[in-house]
Amino acid sequence: MKVAIEVNGQTVAEEVEDRTLLVHYLRETAGLTATNIGCDTTSCGACTVLLDGESVKSCTMLAAQADGHAITTMEGLTADDGELHPLQRAFREQHGLQCGFCTPGMIMASVSLLDHNPKPTRQEVRDGLEGNLCRCTGYHNIVSAVVEASGQEVDR
Amino acid sequence: MSIAGTRVVRVEDQKLITTGGTYVEDLRGDALTGAVHAMFVRSPIAHARITSIDTSEALAAPGVIAVYTAADIDLPPAPVDPVTQSWLADGVVRYVGEAVALVLAEQRYQLADAAELIDIDYDPLEPVSSIDAALADETLLFPEHGSNVMQVNGKEFDEKTFDDCEVVVTRTIVNQRVAPVPLEVRGAACTWGDDGRLMVWLSTQNAQIARTVVAAGLGVGEESVRIVTPDVGGGFGAKVGADPEVVALGWAARHSGRAIRWTETRSENLTSMTHGRAQQNTITIGGRRDGTVLAFRLEVVQDTGAYPRLPFLPILTELMASGVYHFPRVETASRAVATNTAPISAYRGAGRPEATAAVERAMDLFAAEIGMDPGEVRKANFIAPEEFPYQTPTGASYDTGDYATALDRVLEAGGYADLRAEQARRRASGDPVALGLGISSYVEVTAGDDSGGEGGRVDINPDGSVTAYTGSSPHGQGLGTSLAMLLSDQLGIPLDKIAVRHGDTDEVPKGIGTFASRSLQMGGSAMRLAADQVIARARELAANMLEASPDDLELNVDQGVWQVRGAPASSTVTWAQLAERAGEGELSADEWYDEGAPTFPFGAHLAVVEVDTLTGKVELRRLIAVDDAGPVVNPLAFRGQRHGGLGQGAAQALLEVMNYDPDGNPTTATLADYSFISATELPDFELVNMETPTTRNLLGVKGIGEAATIGSTPAVHNAVVDAVAHLGVRHIDMPTTPVRVWQALGDARKAEAK
Ligand code: FES
Ligand code: FES
Repeated sequence: MKVAIEVNGQTVAEEVEDRTLLVHYLRETAGLTATNIGCDTTSCGACTVLLDGESVKSCTMLAAQADGHAITTMEGLTADDGELHPLQRAFREQHGLQCGFCTPGMIMASVSLLDHNPKPTRQEVRDGLEGNLCRCTGYHNIVSAVVEASGQEVDR
Repeated sequence: MSIAGTRVVRVEDQKLITTGGTYVEDLRGDALTGAVHAMFVRSPIAHARITSIDTSEALAAPGVIAVYTAADIDLPPAPVDPVTQSWLADGVVRYVGEAVALVLAEQRYQLADAAELIDIDYDPLEPVSSIDAALADETLLFPEHGSNVMQVNGKEFDEKTFDDCEVVVTRTIVNQRVAPVPLEVRGAACTWGDDGRLMVWLSTQNAQIARTVVAAGLGVGEESVRIVTPDVGGGFGAKVGADPEVVALGWAARHSGRAIRWTETRSENLTSMTHGRAQQNTITIGGRRDGTVLAFRLEVVQDTGAYPRLPFLPILTELMASGVYHFPRVETASRAVATNTAPISAYRGAGRPEATAAVERAMDLFAAEIGMDPGEVRKANFIAPEEFPYQTPTGASYDTGDYATALDRVLEAGGYADLRAEQARRRASGDPVALGLGISSYVEVTAGDDSGGEGGRVDINPDGSVTAYTGSSPHGQGLGTSLAMLLSDQLGIPLDKIAVRHGDTDEVPKGIGTFASRSLQMGGSAMRLAADQVIARARELAANMLEASPDDLELNVDQGVWQVRGAPASSTVTWAQLAERAGEGELSADEWYDEGAPTFPFGAHLAVVEVDTLTGKVELRRLIAVDDAGPVVNPLAFRGQRHGGLGQGAAQALLEVMNYDPDGNPTTATLADYSFISATELPDFELVNMETPTTRNLLGVKGIGEAATIGSTPAVHNAVVDAVAHLGVRHIDMPTTPVRVWQALGDARKAEAK
């Protein structure tokens, strides 16, 4: 079937198998490989992207379900002139990533988190990111990164 | 001014936060255009004879290129001493998840369809699903070996060891099996070139060792294999070298004449990537009522899983058995037994966390028995600072340490006395939410492997920039930044002009890789040697150009120029000029560092938990840590390694376990079932600094990759038991889940009622 999705501001329209997952559509059809796959049970959040501004796990949706909608992946956060999104900057500054595999999903989930709660406490960040797993960082610096990106001071 | 020791954001990150890393699955190069997809069909049964495999229907399915089984693969099996392992199960399957067939198809989604059509008949055998069942030796995994015991180490115990002790405590403690779960699963891509060489892109912790494994498996020379390590999404020990799947893929690529891509699923990863820990340890500790321990005994039974992959794991546990303590008598022994479960291999700490868990639980059990504060008991038995280097009874040579100071600092930072007072208040008032404090004092060994050194190469490019090559293989640790910082200090060349490369066996033919927390001490020292050589060569060249004696030349590291000592600042030469003069590729040094000896990082952790005594639910409230690994190159990365270690270590104490039922079926085979710790279950970590250098390598550093994992597990574990100690509980095996805690409380109540 033909699926047309606006990905990071550009429409991608391709013929794909009906059962194509959104994450595979993004990675293979749209050629955007930042979005990762870390599980097969909707548990890890490595595949998190924004669908019309709301975070979704792209491994759990068919590409067809996103037909006609707008998707933002981590690649879409960087401005055309290379300027980083505050969350991208904060993840680097606060060392909120190590191997980087969870990072695209973690950053997209954080965009959505800050959208709903612009000044979260550390505990609110922890609770908000419960569906995004990281094996490397112990989460401490991920929490700091989100707090920093929200314009609040990081005190630990 | 030196940048080592200052907080530097990582050079690795720009890519990782914009377009994302390039992991194996992300490779889009020409060599893989048109590559077929691979999938392993795995055993759904723990122990069985394979009576028949019919692949005909699968072969006829759309897009299927080939279906291979053991009958097709004409390679001798891999030696896994004292037995062997076929690349695909040959006649018998020995664990759920063992690869039985390999399917190649044009498209990814065709694989699962085809796999369904493969008809495999199994004739079930009795499963050996636990250590006890293995020791019974009734059903054997390898009848030709004659026993499930794969390895035995240690001497007979002396009956009199505990004779002079006023108090003796003994207990068997389970160090449960956990799954490493790097967030990136295993993956590889491979293709045979027209030059007859196999090219493999592999998610691994060491390309060079992977090359050795793959070449040996395929029966070709190492020069016929090139391994390239793209970005790697975590390894934690489980991605050391190359798993048998990679050899099967290399063979299949040759046989089919096609380039192949393989990525496992998470469920496959949980059942068929190696697991870690899996020990059953019996400790006996004896001493005087004043807190002095006189004797300690550790008896290890290591579950190896179905194939013994890492024989030295229990040996390392024995080596580190007595921890930070000056015990007059120490006895250890180990046995390793095969079970019908996934093979056990390295997992963050690999043998040392098990030793620390055993001795730190033992110290708490001893303290409880004599009614002394666990901190005081530890202090009464520490190896004193003036005793270093300290030779342990088990054969380790500790380099440097100050264990009492580490403990004092962590107790001070945590406010230990106040916490104990708060605990007493809650107990007195009958508060159902109990407070628990857990201490662990630890020492571990880094670069304890016997792998023969590490390589480093430094090239000064004609534009004055540096390309450095390391045999280490960072995959999240930020070693690229740390090495660049060291080089920048040494050469006076700014960070942004230094590129550190690794992981391509054609570029770095010799290397050992990243595991055993060895990379900074070994890889960093190798880089230091190479830079020293480059500086020596540059001195000659600069002397020549400035018409001075080499002895009068100095490298001004602030400006990155060579100058004659005392001469006007105008007469200098730059690195670019030197590289130009030396000629293309000439200002370069390639060194191998093999002088280094193992080092012994140490520390102390304090965990604070709350346990709801009505439900058994545990909340980790605080985790305070001293982790001393000598001088710190990049505090940002150093703290990050500690955070990650603390999280993973706490997870083992609180939540994680890879479970099998009595039939050998894994019951935690997806991330929905396996209790991977999330952000909500962890507190902010409180880090306390301490730096005690070693003399055993050129940089004075020790490893930090695993230290915090090793310290945190027993601290959190001890805290949970401490929380309910007043209710009569002495021990709860990990993970201390609500059910386990609740059961322990019930058992204690029943025992009291009797
Ligand atoms: S890949 Fe794990 S939640 Fe989508
Ligand atoms: S940085 Fe490795 S999984 Fe999060």
